Amino acid sequence: MNDIQNSDILSLKITAEKIRKKILEVIFNAKSGHTGGSLSAVDILTVLYFKVLNIDPGNPGMPGRDRFIMSKGHSVEACYCVLAERGFFPKEWLATYGKFKSPLAGHPVNSVPGIEVNTGALGHGLSIGTGMAIAAKMNNSPYRIYVLMGDGEQNEGSVYEAAMAASHYKLDNLIAITDRNRLQISGNTENVMKLEHLTERWQAFGWNVIETDGNCVEKLLDLFLNRIPGNGYPTMIIAGTVKGKGVSFIENKAEWHHKVPTEKELTLAINEMDNRIFQLTSGTK
Amino acid sequence: MTISNNIPCRQAFTETLIAEAKNDKNIIVVTTDARGSVTLGEFAGRLPEQFVELGIAEQNGIGVSAGLALSGKNVFVCGPACFYSARSLEQVKTDVAYSGAPVKIIGVSGGVSYGILGATHQSLHDIAVMRALPGLTVILPSDMHQTRLMTKELLRYRHPVYVRMGRGAVPQVYNETNASFTIGRANILLDGEDLTIIGCGETVYHCLEAGKKLKEKGISARIIDMHTLKPLDLEVIKKAAEETPVIITVEEHSINGGLGAAVALEVVQYKPVPMKILGFPDEFLVHGKSAELFEHYGLTSTNIIKEAYNLLHNKGS
Repeated sequence: MNDIQNSDILSLKITAEKIRKKILEVIFNAKSGHTGGSLSAVDILTVLYFKVLNIDPGNPGMPGRDRFIMSKGHSVEACYCVLAERGFFPKEWLATYGKFKSPLAGHPVNSVPGIEVNTGALGHGLSIGTGMAIAAKMNNSPYRIYVLMGDGEQNEGSVYEAAMAASHYKLDNLIAITDRNRLQISGNTENVMKLEHLTERWQAFGWNVIETDGNCVEKLLDLFLNRIPGNGYPTMIIAGTVKGKGVSFIENKAEWHHKVPTEKELTLAINEMDNRIFQLTSGTK
Repeated sequence: MTISNNIPCRQAFTETLIAEAKNDKNIIVVTTDARGSVTLGEFAGRLPEQFVELGIAEQNGIGVSAGLALSGKNVFVCGPACFYSARSLEQVKTDVAYSGAPVKIIGVSGGVSYGILGATHQSLHDIAVMRALPGLTVILPSDMHQTRLMTKELLRYRHPVYVRMGRGAVPQVYNETNASFTIGRANILLDGEDLTIIGCGETVYHCLEAGKKLKEKGISARIIDMHTLKPLDLEVIKKAAEETPVIITVEEHSINGGLGAAVALEVVQYKPVPMKILGFPDEFLVHGKSAELFEHYGLTSTNIIKEAYNLLHNKGS
């Protein structure tokens, strides 16, 4: 059992707020981006990259590293902001996002330090993660493979080909996370193409399924550090999130899937996050 | 026609692969319920730790292969060409080519190999789509000898590759001693000045037969085995355009975007000469066995010779 310090939690929460600010700045600057899905995934990414993954920003190709695959590649702004904050590449790169010849493409590319594989076409990441998990098992290597998926992504049929294979090969080193924000580009996931009962669906494919609050740093950290079963089954974490989490006027609005904030909206949003950072640092939450 | 002791290219591939894989645990075969089609039964039985069966799921097959390759494995994913070049094309594009995962995609029973099974099982578009993906090497070996050499070279080659092979045993173009294969370097089987005939895969034999018969009639044809469709051997094409007045290409593929189109792309920009592109027309084919379809659509030596005369006659008029 890994002991979780209150100071770790506080530090993660502050980091997540800083990353939210950066995401909005990057999207505003580029006049392009997937705002809602990036904000919903921030807490998951922050916990993974700052406390869970065995990685070395100075040596992104370290052989025994944990692998992370951003299968919901459209939320790339969150990914880049986390990688920059974690030190994989200079933060100055973020200002080039959306500009001609930027090293940062509009979906993840593995020419960027810290990105394992190119994604952006949905329903690919779980297959790649399955291959990586099979390779780790063949090598008797203890590292884990984490795949972050969207909920809308689970409309794609290829997801279920990978789901079958991962349980068939008993890949308990494979951990998938569903960013269950319940919105996709055309609206509520249950109206576009019903996903429920998602937990039972993944259980039927032979997976451990754990439901959690995907915007709660404490719960995510405890889950990743202490509650992934090493029982011969792959694990799906259904992380209930709020699309656009952290900005009152963006939360739970499908139109913010890839809407870009105006200058006024950016200021309002940053004020909200600055207030939270102030409360967190002054201990008056 | 040398057909005795002949084995299909797919079998020459698997035999060579097993021999190497016995001594190299890093060689991994992935398949999608196609162990029979690919002749992988022995590999699966003897090297189960190096064999990954994924069931009838080609999209996952390519994605998993990319994950294995990005983890350092030397991966050969093997199954019918018709499915890997269509059903899982997005995975080939994104997970393999775009991500730079050095997966060797082995498409078997390509072209019209499956004969009467019809268009679902034909792959007459694969050269076109695979050539259009940056970073992917595309190879069609012409016989079992060349396939053995190709397999050995692919074992050392750490880039994304698509290979198409046929289903049945095909006449030998080469023998044990004169076979050669280097990725990207075409083989000149006969030299000549009157015209050039370029084939790839199973059409190479028919091109060579045509070249021999033309020679008997006093026409010297340069016969080229363009086994690598990408990167294309541009020097050999340029020399052909410079040194022979006309070029014929012959392919087991749609005339849209295949060998002929690739050669013409170079010829028209470098030194235009009259060309005849022989392949399958832009239509779903009549039903028949592989040899019957070659005959019906004019991919045999007899028709190549006829087209050679036409082209030379028109050129001279």
